Amino acid sequence: MSMLEIQSLEANYGSRKVLKGLSMTVEEGEVLALIGPNGSGKTTLIRSASGALPWVSGCVLANGQDISRLTEQQRARLISVVPQARDLPDAFPVRQTVLLGRTPYLGWLGVAEAGDRHKVEWALERTGTHALAERRIGELSGGEQQRVLLARALAQETPIMLLDEPTAHLDLHHQSGLLQLVKQLAVEGKKAVLMALHDLNLAALYADRVALLVEGELVSLGKPEDVLKKEILEPAFQVPIAVITHPVYGTPLILPDGRP
Amino acid sequence: MKSTLKPLVLNIALLALAFLLSVSFGSVGIPLPSLLRLTIGSLTGLTFNLDWSETFAAIFYQIRLPHTLLVALTGASLAGSGAAYQGLFRNPLADPYLIGAASGAGLGAIIAMSTSLTSSLLGSFAIPAAAFVGSMVTVMVVYVLSRTGRIVSTTTLILAGVAMSSFTTAMTSILMIGAQGEVRRALSWLLGGSVSGGWQPVIVALPYMIFSLGALGLLGHVLNVLQFGDEQASQLGMPVERARIVVIVAASLATAAAVSFSGIIGFIGLIVPHIARILWGPDYRGLIPLSVLGGATALLLADLVARLVLAPEVLPVGIITALAGAPFFIWVLRRSK
Repeated sequence: MSMLEIQSLEANYGSRKVLKGLSMTVEEGEVLALIGPNGSGKTTLIRSASGALPWVSGCVLANGQDISRLTEQQRARLISVVPQARDLPDAFPVRQTVLLGRTPYLGWLGVAEAGDRHKVEWALERTGTHALAERRIGELSGGEQQRVLLARALAQETPIMLLDEPTAHLDLHHQSGLLQLVKQLAVEGKKAVLMALHDLNLAALYADRVALLVEGELVSLGKPEDVLKKEILEPAFQVPIAVITHPVYGTPLILPDGRP
Repeated sequence: MKSTLKPLVLNIALLALAFLLSVSFGSVGIPLPSLLRLTIGSLTGLTFNLDWSETFAAIFYQIRLPHTLLVALTGASLAGSGAAYQGLFRNPLADPYLIGAASGAGLGAIIAMSTSLTSSLLGSFAIPAAAFVGSMVTVMVVYVLSRTGRIVSTTTLILAGVAMSSFTTAMTSILMIGAQGEVRRALSWLLGGSVSGGWQPVIVALPYMIFSLGALGLLGHVLNVLQFGDEQASQLGMPVERARIVVIVAASLATAAAVSFSGIIGFIGLIVPHIARILWGPDYRGLIPLSVLGGATALLLADLVARLVLAPEVLPVGIITALAGAPFFIWVLRRSK
């Protein structure tokens, strides 16, 4: 049984169809990257799979359970989300933000036990945000905020983790650092990771499999070297590209083509 | 939570001081030393040789003590509900007065008053209940109107609040003109000044306020999670709709209890949580209790000014809070841009 199973999912924004019957599965310890042009439905799929956005038809199974039948609390014990770092309450301290990851285990009063605090410290340590623990999230850089949100998702201790463009505003160093960490966490924690990713080369390097979405439809799904091909990507992104082989890792490397 | 202990102690000390000042000062001053000896005496069981006349005793027990208690409870309720509304709306300008909760409560209370039910003690419990309904309906309407997409913007919040305030105030005026005998009483009440009437309002208000403030005090974690927006709150395992309703019910109950007995007093619910947030941070588990204590202190001091500034004339305390609060509001508005 797959950890995360998405079955013929259809979702709308108003009357516009954004997801047109998508199916895919993510296994334990696997990172599946969602790629595709802007507006192809990557973020919508992440939001739907998290349960935050209602869908029209189809279903999402987390560890075999239909998430639309779970309470928020039950769902949050199975699925954690690393959202894009925006709309954050600036004045909140980092440690307390990470502690909110324990919400599904705390009840309404939010009384944290020693075990909860221990897991928070571990998550801070693991994501390299321990030194930031006393700072306010509003003071941090985009990359640091992203890692704090990753720590919060880690503290949530879920078998499934969803990430929405985690590298969107990061520089090169932080991009690879964050994705390496995500990959390690997936393997160590036997987590099923589904993430929307803008950068095809990062997907090639850090994802076990890649799913290409175009206008809400799944165009191609498979290993990076099987999906990230000129004849698949060119029609999807409608831009001439060249695909070469990464000199160190042997993974596909996508370059823009068609200089005037 | 370690860091909230110190401000908590500080706030309790300030409140005790404001309480003593409030009981001491007035048209007849009760000397502070006698008051202190009385307090210490009744706390420890020791008897002092008191210079405590029958007049002092009557003023103290029949007028000053219930008045001070009601003012403190009103301030606590307004600031506690203000802090909760700010958390709910994710906006530092939410305040029971500005978002229409207070005027909605006023309308509800006037409706209850203008019916003949409310002359008995049992009936006087109906006033806060009606105020509660009025306040909750108003807040829900403002909430729905001001939510554009994922967050509540300041512009739409203030606009919706002003619109609903004006509407409910207009309805209140119509009812007041209709109910001839009640007009005088209702008018001074509405201006936020008639904090008087001995022990009865205290006894009626107390259960409402203790229940609602107690509930708000327990909602700190829920409000913390809601600060990250509905979507993240839901992904963190919070049943957002239910949590929101619980917050609205508790905050509106506190507002309604305050308005029912003290009228519409503005800005306490805005200023106090704001200062508490600046001084002691955004954690609602600390912010709600600190706002409750600070609100009691602030309204006691405002009430003291209202009673002393034109003595023996007593100003409605709402005038003092508005005089101090409106400039503060403008400052916050400019800062939050």
